[in-house]
Amino acid sequence: MRRWSRLVVLILILAVVLYPLVWMIGTSLKSPSEIAGNIGLLPHDFTPENFSAGWHKFDVNFGRFFLNSALVAILAVVGNTVSCLLAAYAFGRLRFRLRGVFFAIMIGTLLLPGHVLIIPQYILFRSLGWVGGDWPYLPLLVPHFLATEAFFVFLIVQFMRGIPRELDEAATIDGASPYRTFQHVILPLSRPALVTTAIFSFIWTWNDFFRQLVYLSDLKDYTVPVALTLFIDSTSESSVGPMFAMSLLSLIPVFLFFVAFQRMLVEGINTSGLKG
Amino acid sequence: MTTVHTATRSAGPAGAPGPAAHRHRPGGARRRNERAAFLFLSPWLLGLLAITAVPMLLSLYLSFTDYDVLTPLSEVKWVGLANYRTMFTTDPSYWHAVKVTLTFALIATPLKLAAALGVALLLNKAMRAVGLFRGLFYLPSLLGGSVALAIVWRSMFNRDGAFNSFLSIFGIQGVPWVNDPHWALQTLMVLAIWQFGAPMVIFLAGLKQVPTELYEAASVDGASRWRQFRNVTLPMLSPVIFFNLVLETIHGFQGFTAAFVLSNGTGGPVDSTLMYTLDLYIKGFAELNMGYASAMAWVFLVAIGLITIVLFSTGRFWVHYSDAEEH
Repeated sequence: MRRWSRLVVLILILAVVLYPLVWMIGTSLKSPSEIAGNIGLLPHDFTPENFSAGWHKFDVNFGRFFLNSALVAILAVVGNTVSCLLAAYAFGRLRFRLRGVFFAIMIGTLLLPGHVLIIPQYILFRSLGWVGGDWPYLPLLVPHFLATEAFFVFLIVQFMRGIPRELDEAATIDGASPYRTFQHVILPLSRPALVTTAIFSFIWTWNDFFRQLVYLSDLKDYTVPVALTLFIDSTSESSVGPMFAMSLLSLIPVFLFFVAFQRMLVEGINTSGLKG
Repeated sequence: MTTVHTATRSAGPAGAPGPAAHRHRPGGARRRNERAAFLFLSPWLLGLLAITAVPMLLSLYLSFTDYDVLTPLSEVKWVGLANYRTMFTTDPSYWHAVKVTLTFALIATPLKLAAALGVALLLNKAMRAVGLFRGLFYLPSLLGGSVALAIVWRSMFNRDGAFNSFLSIFGIQGVPWVNDPHWALQTLMVLAIWQFGAPMVIFLAGLKQVPTELYEAASVDGASRWRQFRNVTLPMLSPVIFFNLVLETIHGFQGFTAAFVLSNGTGGPVDSTLMYTLDLYIKGFAELNMGYASAMAWVFLVAIGLITIVLFSTGRFWVHYSDAEEH
């Protein structure tokens, strides 16, 4: 009986939590008159027109914005995983002078609020001519290729601590250089941490707004979040449906990652169990 | 020699270098390792210097100037402490932004953590479909920081938004929440609390670590559920609560996207949603007052640092580590 009441409470909370998302889906399918008149969760008549209207609402269509966002997110994933993995290998497995100092600095940058850096970085990138330059994504992407997301370095270092030292020691005794040990021992075994890094890099970059807002000024270069803000400037009744339709589309990649991530967790446990 | 070296390495605590790290020993292998380490570290080192350290020092310098982006760096004028003086004395929006940010962080963060802990406690006991519930509660944390959700929030708490439709069922006439200076910040708080899933997942993992023997012993002693919660769950969970508190507080101070979207980038109505980072954006990128914005960023950095230090020093009084309890 207690268990049932608990379940009922949980389902009620879940309904409140999911309500905005369901409402968003419902509204994106309502016609303008229904958005104004029908306060129900779902539309009486499903109106897919909002999607095509939103897609072509601006001079540049949303296909371009999605491609821009995908390009930035995918390159950020590549940059983060590669550069953070390299740094993590040095911190986690190699000995060198100043290692303790560097490690402490890395942890320090972990606590550094990103918004503090945005002004100084903007000034730097502007003086390099990267802001509004030939390729406006340079200031968005270069930091990702230089392992500035200390969180991921830390995450991979933590994961590497779980890899038995005997494996690198055996490789070293067999005469393998640090590079070969990295390539044949650490890299393959670090895959789960790299996948986590890749997933979070993608989601964070896809959702990121502040940096993209600051660095992107030309409509054709806009990413999805920046393009979505164009809707809020035009708050006429007729644009609510298209605005919701495009907002909904913008969440789909993150949602898919979420679904895949859930499954991956289970797989990760299975494979690590199998490898023993 | 290599084996001796690796043996000392594995014996030392991971992360902190042993004494061997500071000893210079001749030998090809050692030097080769050192060279390899710096090669692997080079992207990070370059990033630390070029993307973090140099820009920060540059902005510290510029915070004492009238730099406005348009004039070249070589022609900026040194103004001493003028930016800081303006900030603390004559800029009316500055203290307002500080107040808004503090209000937001100090109210939304504890409520978010309470929601996270409450739902985690419910989920911890429920047997069925914990994984599904956990996933669905976590979903808002993944989506909530996006522009899309801020847009949804803006519409939901509008005059004829879903929230007022809901209130009208009970005959309550709602206000246009996002356009009302008394309520706009609260709608932002609700959006933040809605994303309680991430700390909840961490709480759930922490709850799994509490040994069941402790509860058994407590119930043998006749402790009520409330007393079990007070005297077993809370102390055992305090390291996790502390971790979440630090993380979410720092996170709370940096809210930007939702405030920007809800107020159309103005911090309105009547500056009621002017979060510090939004004020920083307006000063730096809308008014191009980069010297001033640099000063604001530095004060922000120092403030966040101080708050973290305060949190850590109070943590000593209420965070229990189980090691300490065993001895």
